[in-house]
Amino acid sequence: MTALAPPPTSPAKRRPPRERPGKHPWLRKGSGAGKTMTGGWIAYLILGFALLISAFPFYWTIVAASRSNADLAQVPPSLLPGPNLMKNVEAVLEEADIGKALLNSLIVSGAITVGTVLSCTLAGFAFAKLKFRGRSALLTLTIGTMMIPPQLGVIPLFMLIAELQWVNQLQAVILPGLVSAFGVFFMRQYLIQSLPDELIEAARVDGASTARIFWSIVIPIARPGMAVLGMLTFMTAWNDFFWPVIALSSQEPTVQVALRQLGGGYVNDQSVIMAGTLLGTLPVLLVFGLLGRQIVGGIMQGAVKG
Amino acid sequence: MSPTSTAKAGPRPAETGPGSAPGSGAGTGPDDGPAAALRRTWRKASPYAYIAPFFTLFLAFGLFPLLYTAFVSLYRVELQTSGEMQWRGIANYTALFADEYFWISLRNTFTIGVLSTVPQLAMALGLAHLLNYKLRGRTFIRTAVLLPYATSVAAATLVFAQLFGRDFGLINYVIGLIGVDPVDWQTGTVASQIAVSSIVIWRWTGYNALIYLAGMQSIPHELYEAAGMDGASRWRQFIHVTLPGLRPTIVFTVIISTIGATQLFGEPLLFEGSISGGISHQYQTLGLYMYEQGWGFFHLGRAAAIAWVMFVLIVVLVGVNALIARRRARKEAGR
Repeated sequence: MTALAPPPTSPAKRRPPRERPGKHPWLRKGSGAGKTMTGGWIAYLILGFALLISAFPFYWTIVAASRSNADLAQVPPSLLPGPNLMKNVEAVLEEADIGKALLNSLIVSGAITVGTVLSCTLAGFAFAKLKFRGRSALLTLTIGTMMIPPQLGVIPLFMLIAELQWVNQLQAVILPGLVSAFGVFFMRQYLIQSLPDELIEAARVDGASTARIFWSIVIPIARPGMAVLGMLTFMTAWNDFFWPVIALSSQEPTVQVALRQLGGGYVNDQSVIMAGTLLGTLPVLLVFGLLGRQIVGGIMQGAVKG
Repeated sequence: MSPTSTAKAGPRPAETGPGSAPGSGAGTGPDDGPAAALRRTWRKASPYAYIAPFFTLFLAFGLFPLLYTAFVSLYRVELQTSGEMQWRGIANYTALFADEYFWISLRNTFTIGVLSTVPQLAMALGLAHLLNYKLRGRTFIRTAVLLPYATSVAAATLVFAQLFGRDFGLINYVIGLIGVDPVDWQTGTVASQIAVSSIVIWRWTGYNALIYLAGMQSIPHELYEAAGMDGASRWRQFIHVTLPGLRPTIVFTVIISTIGATQLFGEPLLFEGSISGGISHQYQTLGLYMYEQGWGFFHLGRAAAIAWVMFVLIVVLVGVNALIARRRARKEAGR
């Protein structure tokens, strides 16, 4: 479980909404609102250094995962990848059953992503465009809890899943993972901006029911927002550590739980541990590599803390 | 900064349109018979159907556990027999305050929190300033600085634990090149806390930089032009235009980072793999102490008391931050 935070009440929020219902401003690339000043070589130098520090641990994971334990105990250490990657990957698949952990993580993250996006789109639509008694109170309640870290509710949550006999079962991670106050808030903001009320009214005049309107008007318009929420949810769910460590064990681990076993003296071979780390990080890096720009846009607009 | 203010800003006048249509809409008069009446009732009730999936889960797995924690903290509850609860009153708390490891973990949470949050936010601010320039390939650079955010606590910590190794770690080798003696990053108190903080800094600096960048881009351009015309240097523009304009964003990141630091858990757990946060608890945080009490020693009631202490701590810290921010804002407005 992770803390998802409300967006900053920065001046950005007070900008008038842009009038492009189809394509959301978050998804357009480079808004070009920067200053006219051009960066000098010092800026490039410092940024280059920052990129180096950002990227080096990834590179080092590859280096360490492709060498032998003896190589890593050498001074000076070698900074180039070695020939042992496949051997280490095989070892980690055998010793810690990372294969099963990867599959579990995929099931958990996939289910959480689909469920969260659906339930949050439904609720976000209701909060954005439907009128009902208690709406603002319920919305305030939902958003108010975003500031409280879910970690603090973890003990009763554990007692609950123990009561249901769900300990060590994947639904113990999936169902609490579907609760995303941030997601509701995010979809609500998105639909307020991009779904014109006239469209709904016109459909109503034509005799469409709310359900019909949801499927044939709201969903198509909400799709880009759903995509951003889906990516963020997948990354958060894949990387979640605290709750899976409590709710699951080595018999039914997610990747993060398996990594904990690797690091906890389960395996003593550093290069095998690094191979496990590499396997556990690759899927989310793949998502990031393909959709990084949209993720950057989503984060710059509404803050997400995972 | 409060979420409620955003919530109130939301409802637009247009929202009286759809959803509230019955009566005002075309052809839904009272004479349309039972079918229309049914449809009207459904139209009133159906919004609840849309929020039902979320709220069912939210009540069961979100709100209820949060509230119930306070209740559990007053009972003796053991992990193996979590169904049996025995009234203890405030005994969990008094036991907690008598435990020296509680105070150690409280102090560690503070020092690691400061060690990780202050450099992280300062560096993020500088980085955001650079990213705000017109640069070649800036989309690429922005994406690349966010890369650490995409990793998990577990993966990042394992890699850093390797890099911080005492005998063969790369970091000790590099500082050895400039003549510094090897540091024992695992057993030294300050050293281990710096090492744990560096993992947090690495993962979150790029994220905070992007938040700041978003804030910077909404500062009106004219302010810079006016300052430039008055002869302000870039540095003075940064101090007198950028920082004041960024204040709400800075308050936001300070609060979020404070909350994050208060619950730090994965990094100290995995840095060495021990649930006591090092042999002398030298980098055990409150989050890890709670885990140790609950799932190491099976005292769930006691763990709930720690959770409640963490909650109070967060409320106090956030309150202090908000107070300082408001006072400074008022002072400036009065100038």
